[in-house]
Amino acid sequence: MNRHLLSTADLRREDALLVLDTAEQMARLSDRAVKKLPTLRGRTVVNLFFEDSTRTRTSFELAAKRLSADVINFSAKGSSVSKGESLKDTALTLEAMGADAVVCRHPASGAPHRLAGWVRGSVLNAGDGTHEHPTQALLDAFTIRRRLGRLDGLAVTIVGDVLHSRVARSNVWLLHTLGVKVTLVAPPTLVPHGVSAWPVDVSYDLDAVLPASDVVMMLRVQQERMSAAFFPTEREYSRRYGLDADRAATLPEHALVMHPGPMVRGMEISSEVADSARSTVVEQVANGVSVRMACLYLLLGGAYERDEREVTR
Amino acid sequence: MADAARRNDGPVDDLGAPLGDAGSRTSGADGEDAGPGRPGPGAGRVSRTVLAAADIARIVSRMAHQILEKTSGGADVVLLGIPTRGVPLAARLAARIHDVEGVAVPTGSLDPTMYRDDLRLRAVRPLRVTDIPDGGVDGRVVILVDDVLYSGRTVRAALDALAEYGRPRAVQLAVLVDRGHRELPIRADYVGKNMPTSRRESVAVRLTETDGADAVLIVSPDGPAAPAAGAGR
Repeated sequence: MNRHLLSTADLRREDALLVLDTAEQMARLSDRAVKKLPTLRGRTVVNLFFEDSTRTRTSFELAAKRLSADVINFSAKGSSVSKGESLKDTALTLEAMGADAVVCRHPASGAPHRLAGWVRGSVLNAGDGTHEHPTQALLDAFTIRRRLGRLDGLAVTIVGDVLHSRVARSNVWLLHTLGVKVTLVAPPTLVPHGVSAWPVDVSYDLDAVLPASDVVMMLRVQQERMSAAFFPTEREYSRRYGLDADRAATLPEHALVMHPGPMVRGMEISSEVADSARSTVVEQVANGVSVRMACLYLLLGGAYERDEREVTR
Repeated sequence: MADAARRNDGPVDDLGAPLGDAGSRTSGADGEDAGPGRPGPGAGRVSRTVLAAADIARIVSRMAHQILEKTSGGADVVLLGIPTRGVPLAARLAARIHDVEGVAVPTGSLDPTMYRDDLRLRAVRPLRVTDIPDGGVDGRVVILVDDVLYSGRTVRAALDALAEYGRPRAVQLAVLVDRGHRELPIRADYVGKNMPTSRRESVAVRLTETDGADAVLIVSPDGPAAPAAGAGR
């Protein structure tokens, strides 16, 4: 394993499988009465969130607490950051407090990468701008493998706002590493430039792709990141790229419907599909805790090898 | 993964009466407690077989009888193997107990990794499977099964892990090989073979289920002084 978890593009196949296998053992713990493990006792995990995110922060917090780490939540609102402190000064403050791991969410792509150069502990990217969200991709892969029994050779279709989606980027790299064939489906305006360099197929026609998909992953349309009009109306988007019951009926019988949340029901996914038996939305949340426990264990559980050369001040 | 603490140099003890041939080269994987610091095959180390397949079969058979004797016919017994090689050993004991007494003893596995006290001393360890049989451990006589008893730290961790799953009426320990050098006040209730060793050596248990064949080997550093020191004691 690398010292940080910044991007799924950095993960080798054996690293990714180690995370999934470890998460499998962590998941078994949620079946027992005492869910707490002493493994990370005495280690400090800082949740550094510059963007609102209740579900990811809570998931990381629960994962760290189940492993007995001390958790400090540091959110931008109402902190020194809102008084104008720079990311670097925040990092040095955390460093002085002795954080063993920093879980960072930031609206700027690459912020966790910068942070990794300033702190001695491990940095876990919990979503940076439109770049990556590695633990979400790992929990998606974990969910697929648990439900369908394998990853190698599957066909996964990722639908929607790929342009603004760090979940899509992380999934593309991770799933490709794990032997999955990935197809992106989006309006042409929401397909990123440079997509031809990604290991994916691109389609603009959802109906043509669905019958050959083992998994369809719906993305939320991120209105808050949209600086221009990418499609005429929500209704038109929903008609062409939304997953309703009629469309879901064209999927193979075993196919899964996934969504990283938060869902906008009636926009990219209909309530009927979101609540159907093939939907893994709730499972994904539960699996998220197991996968984040696995990541924290693998990054913090072993010998603490601080490499002074990696710290660039 | 190097484990320097287990390989500090010292004199090589005499082994009494080795049961097998001497001088064969080691290869393949070995038990977690047996010698995790061992370098790859052929890296200047000599191994000798101390228990052959037939010896192991007789020992497992005897241990099964001892368990039946000590637990009044295996009543309420749950066998929990410590991965990797404790798990097939637990299954073998359960099979022998079934042959002898006709009782089906619940068998599972218990991974103590996350309870170890040496996690921070070496690279992160992959987790193994924990599988507690239906019916749990509450009020049962749990017998932990491992291949090699050495420092006792694995067993200590396993006792902590076990406590999270319930409160057994009693916990006992069965090991195929006790090689000495305890670092904690832990002793086994059932010992397949007491095997005095030097800390320099490592004990490698091979089982058909995990390694393709049954054998117990003692692996010594291949130094010119080693045979002389052994013969001199």
